Amino acid sequence: MLELVVFSSLNGVLYGMLLFLLASGLTLIFSMMGVLNFAHASFYMLGAYFGFQISRYIGFWPGLVVAPLLVGVIGALVERYGLRTVHKHGHVAELLFTFGLAFIVEELVQMVWGKIPVDYRIPGALNFSAFTLFDTTFPAYRMFMLLMSIGIFLGLLVLLTRTRVGLIIQAALTHPNIVGTLGHNVPLVFMMVFGVGCGLAALAGVIAGPALVTQPAMAASLGPILFVVVVVGGLGSLSGAFVASLLIGLIQTFAVALNISLADVMAHLGVTLTRESFGGDLWMATVAQVAPIIPYLLLVLVLIFRPHGLMGNRDT
Amino acid sequence: MLEVRDLHAFYGKSHILQGVDFRVGKGEIVSLLGRNGVGRSTTIKAIMGDVERRGSIQFKGREIGGLKPHQVAHCGLGYVPENRDIFPGLTVRENLILGMKSNQPGGRWSMEDMFTLFPRLRERADTAGGVLSGGEQQMLTICRTLMGDPDLVMIDEPTEGLAPKIVELVAGLFKEIRNRGVSILLVEQKLAIALDISERLYVMGHGRIVFEGAPRDVRENAAMRKEWLEV
Repeated sequence: MLELVVFSSLNGVLYGMLLFLLASGLTLIFSMMGVLNFAHASFYMLGAYFGFQISRYIGFWPGLVVAPLLVGVIGALVERYGLRTVHKHGHVAELLFTFGLAFIVEELVQMVWGKIPVDYRIPGALNFSAFTLFDTTFPAYRMFMLLMSIGIFLGLLVLLTRTRVGLIIQAALTHPNIVGTLGHNVPLVFMMVFGVGCGLAALAGVIAGPALVTQPAMAASLGPILFVVVVVGGLGSLSGAFVASLLIGLIQTFAVALNISLADVMAHLGVTLTRESFGGDLWMATVAQVAPIIPYLLLVLVLIFRPHGLMGNRDT
Repeated sequence: MLEVRDLHAFYGKSHILQGVDFRVGKGEIVSLLGRNGVGRSTTIKAIMGDVERRGSIQFKGREIGGLKPHQVAHCGLGYVPENRDIFPGLTVRENLILGMKSNQPGGRWSMEDMFTLFPRLRERADTAGGVLSGGEQQMLTICRTLMGDPDLVMIDEPTEGLAPKIVELVAGLFKEIRNRGVSILLVEQKLAIALDISERLYVMGHGRIVFEGAPRDVRENAAMRKEWLEV
């Protein structure tokens, strides 16, 4: 039991921190520009594929640096020459723009790298187990992912709260016009935030690529979870995104490890339910089996009972 | 110093300013008067580049009508928005820091000056702007803009809803601003204050300037006041 708790916690925090690398950019972009970027997870996927491609030529480590930079530049260009023009036609146009972009990226990735997963490998230097606890090993690469994402989180925190640029970003979250009249180039700040947000998503892709599966569907499968994180945390709230990332990460990892079904719970209360009872398989489904829908259940409940999320200050 | 000619401004399809002409000289305090909705705030926003505009705006001999707000600010124009739009999540000190431009050399004002003028701000330097009182927020908004060392500062409705004691404080600050050679373009609802501190006044009606004169001219012209100012 203790083993389960320790490993699920580690994996949950790890998954949550990865989610945060993506959600932080998404929520900042939403607060500043009012646009929900449907293509955000696509930049995560691009990061993984770029990282993979670079790793084949010059190794994993250069890819860790170069891929996020490349994707960041692509993101900045998308903001400057795409979104900024579309912005004049309102938020719906922007939303549809990012929606289309997500499909374009997916198709392009399939054309270049094919439909089946690519063989993106963990770097040799990290291909060992970090520690063994109760006969279960924890891979060093996972430890690296965890430390890396915590490091980025702390870096982001310092950048936002301790630097001048960070203050400008914080102020522009709520009052972009006023920030402009004080002499700060707000459009440039928007472009940088968009670029850095995309770069962070790509970084998550590079480090998650070898551990998870690098395939064309990775964006479409992660994207919806990101929106759950951002809505549950509160649109535009960075601390909310952090809490929600960890929450979703932990819920998902713990849920997968639990083999309890409703029938088991009812059995404790003296009620016997079988597959033949009314409701059928519903009673037999274990928490692990329904794990994928738990985040969406949370999304729906938050929207009904707390529309501004855990820490947000505006309605979704 | 600031010369506005035939300024038009638009909010979407509505034509708010319909040819505004006025000027502000160096070291002068000029007030823009008029009832609500005649376009006083829009005039300031149009000069700043915050709304769609057409016409000529010359500042220190340079045409700034096509510039973006941050570029206008870098020319030396300061803007103090109405509604005390401070950054609520940032501290007083951080709000003041954001008033300074990037790579700005030392100007007329230091943070120490602000704290000396308004000791309340020093006491609350590390408090979030959002929890200040209305008067404190108003001082912070003005000080924040001054930190950018403007040569002309445009102030929108600074005394609205403030207690008389605070209004006096703010009026005192305007004189201090002028003493340091900074011009002021003031949008003010309270006629008494505007008459007290301004060198010249303009009255607006229906998106145009309808009267121009010294405080004495406004005091003596009851018919004009009745038509364009009194409610």
